[in-house]
Amino acid sequence: MDLLRFITAGSVDDGKSTLIGRLLYDSKNILIDQLEALEKSTKNRTDGSVDLALLTDGLRAEREQGITIDVAYRYFTTPKRKFIIADAPGHVQYTRNMITGASNAALIIILIDARLGVVEQTRRHSIIASLLKIPHVVVAINKMDLVEYSQDVFNNIVIEYAEVAKQLGLTDVTYIPISALNGDNIVDRSEKISWFDGKPLLEFLEEIETEHDVNLSDARFQVQFVIRPQTEELHDYRGYAGKVISGVYKKGDKVKVLPAGIETTISKLESGGIEVDEVFAPQPVVIQLSEDIDISRGDSIVKVDNLPLVSNELEVLLCWLDDKPLVPGNKYLLQHNSRLVRAVVRNVEYKLDVNSLQRQPIEGNIKLNEVVKAVIKTASPLVYDPYTKLSSNGSAILVDETSNSTVAAVMLQR
Amino acid sequence: MSSQYHLDYLGQLEAESIHIFREVAAQFEKPALLFSGGKDSITLVHLAKKAFAPGKIPFPLVHIDTGHNFPEALEFRDWLTKEANATLVVRKVEDTIKQKNLTEPKGKFPSRNWLQTYTLLDTIEEFKFDCCIGGARRDEEKARAKERIFSVRDEFGQWNPKLQRPELWNIYNGRIHKGENVRVFPISNWTELDIWNYIRKEKIGLPSIYFAHDRKVIEHEGQLVAMSEYVQPSAGDVILTKKVRYRTVGDMTCTAAVESTASTLDEVINEIISTRISERGETRIDDKVTEAAMEDRKKNGYF
Ligand SMILES: Nc1nc2c(ncn2[C@@H]2O[C@H](COP(=O)(O)OP(=O)(O)O)[C@@H](O)[C@H]2O)c(=O)[nH]1
Ligand SMILES: [Mg+2]
Repeated sequence: MDLLRFITAGSVDDGKSTLIGRLLYDSKNILIDQLEALEKSTKNRTDGSVDLALLTDGLRAEREQGITIDVAYRYFTTPKRKFIIADAPGHVQYTRNMITGASNAALIIILIDARLGVVEQTRRHSIIASLLKIPHVVVAINKMDLVEYSQDVFNNIVIEYAEVAKQLGLTDVTYIPISALNGDNIVDRSEKISWFDGKPLLEFLEEIETEHDVNLSDARFQVQFVIRPQTEELHDYRGYAGKVISGVYKKGDKVKVLPAGIETTISKLESGGIEVDEVFAPQPVVIQLSEDIDISRGDSIVKVDNLPLVSNELEVLLCWLDDKPLVPGNKYLLQHNSRLVRAVVRNVEYKLDVNSLQRQPIEGNIKLNEVVKAVIKTASPLVYDPYTKLSSNGSAILVDETSNSTVAAVMLQR
Repeated sequence: MSSQYHLDYLGQLEAESIHIFREVAAQFEKPALLFSGGKDSITLVHLAKKAFAPGKIPFPLVHIDTGHNFPEALEFRDWLTKEANATLVVRKVEDTIKQKNLTEPKGKFPSRNWLQTYTLLDTIEEFKFDCCIGGARRDEEKARAKERIFSVRDEFGQWNPKLQRPELWNIYNGRIHKGENVRVFPISNWTELDIWNYIRKEKIGLPSIYFAHDRKVIEHEGQLVAMSEYVQPSAGDVILTKKVRYRTVGDMTCTAAVESTASTLDEVINEIISTRISERGETRIDDKVTEAAMEDRKKNGYF
């Protein structure tokens, strides 16, 4: 059985929480006592129905205000797959929380209220999907019950969204008409939407091919932690613990340690203390090298015939996530997987308008949720790939050293 | 799915957890693993062993001991510590109660659960721990479902749900100011069933009380509570001997047993799949109080 991580997005009240509740409910992943608690907390509703959204809205403030502030993670399993859902907040001011949920997702469900069609948040979330290169997009046109399950309404929204998708370069887009509230086209095909010949949502999620989402051709590895037991039997042992970011490593591979640029050979691979012949992404591993080289956390070990970029001047797209604005010229810490370096944000060239996607000139500082193109200079070189080619080795964060907050999502370009 | 280079869901969860453990070891000066004695923390120890092999786990296991433990769980704790060649730190709630002149909880099932927070915060202070690794899972409860994997706490151990850091990709930012500390949850994305399946796959040992055995119990609001010196039965209570097992292992006073004949892991897993009741709902006696109970506890520095 494999694993699919997806995120639900869309504007406030488009039905994200209801949809997740419905998926859990209809796939029998809600347990009896949770259901009882749910029924208890919906007792004072006038229509007597169960509010499925309450299954995910976990914080008191959220329940009180009836909105979602932070990403809630939910889990369900069908005989075919295990699913991890990130239920992301719809409000503009919580975009950074949405990015948190989106950054690990293999698929995004963008909900659209059938009565409203494409709205600003639809575009904004689609832009995030495009920026973060979420491999698969599902546009779920919800509340079909409120438009009499009309095929025309559905078709018009498909046409409208296809334009957005084209602009953003989203290629893998699937459209499904649903009613989260009534359960139409969620688990079972709906009689009321018989004109639709695609799969119901859950079936689609169970069957979508995700095998190719992991890059197995470009071998990338970064040292997280150096293991040196210094015991009697393992006196000179020096193993580099980390995760295979992408690709495959084999014992005997000729490798290069970067940024130092030293060539050597993999002498041993271990997994959980047991020797193995090969490892692949995203497995954890401990690598031993045939030469005694000075290697520390954050250094990369790659194969000599497939090298990443090495530079201390980085062209990036950057999404600002902090309430305090980005002041160009300010120093930050940049964390690229496990490598931490000092950095300065320079030359902010333009910002992307989240509605038109047009490049706009910068006026003043960069504010929360703005996406800009910039150049970052780092104190020592980074070993990376363009995000669009290999996202797992092309992403980084900026940390404000005074607040210690994570203040930006960085997509490395060149 | 046929590719030879494909990790199944347990492999992916394990990879994520090991990655988190190594980040903790590298980013913090004095991390600690909070060991409660239950299957989740036993799984944590197993993952930590794998993460650092052939080296040993580079941080101590810390047990905040309420004094209301199952003896089998304590025995297992000591065995596991030895087996993993780990360091164990035990700090007792009993001592905190004495030192701080706290009021012992009363009632039929006096729970020291809530008082653990005091002992924990004192222990953090004593050892200057800057990171505590915990076995909480997001599927346990709604407030947990919102928590980051690296969760920053202020010097009072408090969680501020509105000020959580963005947590992007697999990049974990553990930077903190002096006095703050970080709670890290490596098995955030595991469900109860994932844990059981992993225990089976990896052949991880568990305390015997997870399997069916005879035990003296009293019935309380439909739940079975083990008789022990810590429980104060009422006059009308009948003490019964039943075949039970535990689904979670916490304090004797606030963990309920389930009637069961499941004596092997396969049988236990089958029972769990067919019961349509959550772990917390079935076994926690003190948790039904209010919806917001957990959020409040977390804000106050509870694990
Ligand atoms: N009629 C109808 N109402 C829906 C549907 N889905 C959600 N709603 C309602 O829309 C409102 C907002 O839903 P919610 O799930 O909280 O939206 P969120 O803000 O996107 O999480 C609630 O009152 C839901 O009952 C649907 O398919 N049909
Ligand atoms: Mg919601």
